[in-house]
Amino acid sequence: MSFNNLDTLYRQVIMDHYKSPRNKGTLDGSVLIAEMNNPSCGDRIEVYVHINDDEVIEDIKFDGEGCSISMASASMMTQAIKGQKVEDALKMSELFSQMMMGEDIDPGSLELGDIEALQGVSQFPARINCATLGWKTMERTVHENN
Amino acid sequence: MDIASIREEFPVLDQKVNGHPLVYLDSTATAQKPRSVIEAVDHYYRHDNANVHRGVHTLGTRATDLYEGARDKVRRFIHANSTAEIIFTRGTTTSLNIVAQSYGLANVREGDEIVISPMEHHSNIIPWQQVAKATGATLTYLPLQEDGTISLEDVRETVTSNTKIVAIAHVSNVLGTVNPVKEIANIAHENGAVIVVDGAQGVPHMEVNVQDLDCDFYAFSGHKMCAPTGIGVLYGKKELLEAMEPVEFGGEMIDFVHLYESTWKELPWKFEGGTPIIAGAIGLGAAIDFLNEIGMDHISAHEQKITSYAMERLSSIEGIDIYGPKERAALVTFNLNEVHSHDTATILDSFGIAVRAGHHCAQPLMKWLDVTATARASFYLYNTEEEIDRLVEGLTKAKEYFGDVF
Repeated sequence: MSFNNLDTLYRQVIMDHYKSPRNKGTLDGSVLIAEMNNPSCGDRIEVYVHINDDEVIEDIKFDGEGCSISMASASMMTQAIKGQKVEDALKMSELFSQMMMGEDIDPGSLELGDIEALQGVSQFPARINCATLGWKTMERTVHENN
Repeated sequence: MDIASIREEFPVLDQKVNGHPLVYLDSTATAQKPRSVIEAVDHYYRHDNANVHRGVHTLGTRATDLYEGARDKVRRFIHANSTAEIIFTRGTTTSLNIVAQSYGLANVREGDEIVISPMEHHSNIIPWQQVAKATGATLTYLPLQEDGTISLEDVRETVTSNTKIVAIAHVSNVLGTVNPVKEIANIAHENGAVIVVDGAQGVPHMEVNVQDLDCDFYAFSGHKMCAPTGIGVLYGKKELLEAMEPVEFGGEMIDFVHLYESTWKELPWKFEGGTPIIAGAIGLGAAIDFLNEIGMDHISAHEQKITSYAMERLSSIEGIDIYGPKERAALVTFNLNEVHSHDTATILDSFGIAVRAGHHCAQPLMKWLDVTATARASFYLYNTEEEIDRLVEGLTKAKEYFGDVF
């Protein structure tokens, strides 16, 4: 393998999210919170979600520590689901899991945007859990509190 | 030591990973297996496979002789007094759990103290947390010096007449610290406590004499010393083991079974309920033969040479943090600033270099170091200085690759 192969993992847009994470921080007030870690490596992510009366994710932030893939994926996740219905956010999470399994996905009307850059992670089995941590934490935030 | 011919004994080393010759720097997690170990296990299954300690037939006798022969090899290897003191287990974790569940629960009372250190592997922390919870005892941590060593003065201050158990790693799997086990044993005994040593990183790399160390229990794993996975050892002083109850009950470990009660076999078998790990024990015996043939003193000397070279080369990399004391066992744990250890490990893997990344089953120690994860390169008898050069080259590339990001 050379840098070229590494480039399928570390796409520029991923490095951009790692360097300048979107929606990183915490939310105050009436928000839902969950924290998850990856016990095999120590990565840790918290997700704060504010859901309004129309079941729309009005605001979302993430915080935590981890590698480039886990942090970039969490950043992309917040960007993608902010303003989405909870139901659609969960659908996107399902699509993301399928993408990590290397399956072809059909996003339908959902906008995946930057997330598609993470497709290459599926070729690095040891790193898939890094990419899914943020999404799993978001799912837990929404489920545990609803 | 002729490293080239030693390397030839390890078939797994002769391969390319991601287009590059494999550089295996993760022996602290598990060591590679020499041909003689693989062949011993293969030969046993092809020619001698039978259950042990039963059956009058020839294969049963052969299997029993091989299994008990391996126990005697272990006894001699760690200089124990008697094979009654050598219990085969699944590994260090199981060995430590036997001590905690049997000796611990029977001898620790409310108000007592169990003393451990912050550099312990989870397998030498959680069993004691459980004993403390079940008995109402206090779990006390020894302080660490800034360089990740333990001072005997601190041990004298921390271990009191209330201390019943001192449990400590012989060698830290993260810092590489070699603890003064003999002196700590002395302090424990002066206070009426027993010492339990996690020797997972000790026995594979240095000559260990359990009688000289005067440790009461010493636990280690086969797979970190070139033997198969799934076999380990618990050494215990005979008088302590004799007074202890088994933790697993069933076949193999009984003497008489009556309708409502039973009696146990003598040592060591009373702790080996169920069909034992026969092939694993035979593999461990072969691994000991292999290590003895090279000589543990030669292995230690080679590791020290490689480790000094690695410390010298790695510390010249700008922006690297190396954890642990100067004097250390055969490993270097580090972080490259700005590159997370997972990313470091992925980039190194793309050049065929295997290192460990993460918390190394030592979360309390990571907290002490104030990091969430680290990368670790560890060395064994088959590693070379050229492989250290490859590691340094790989790390330079990781820095370049991530350097553009920040």
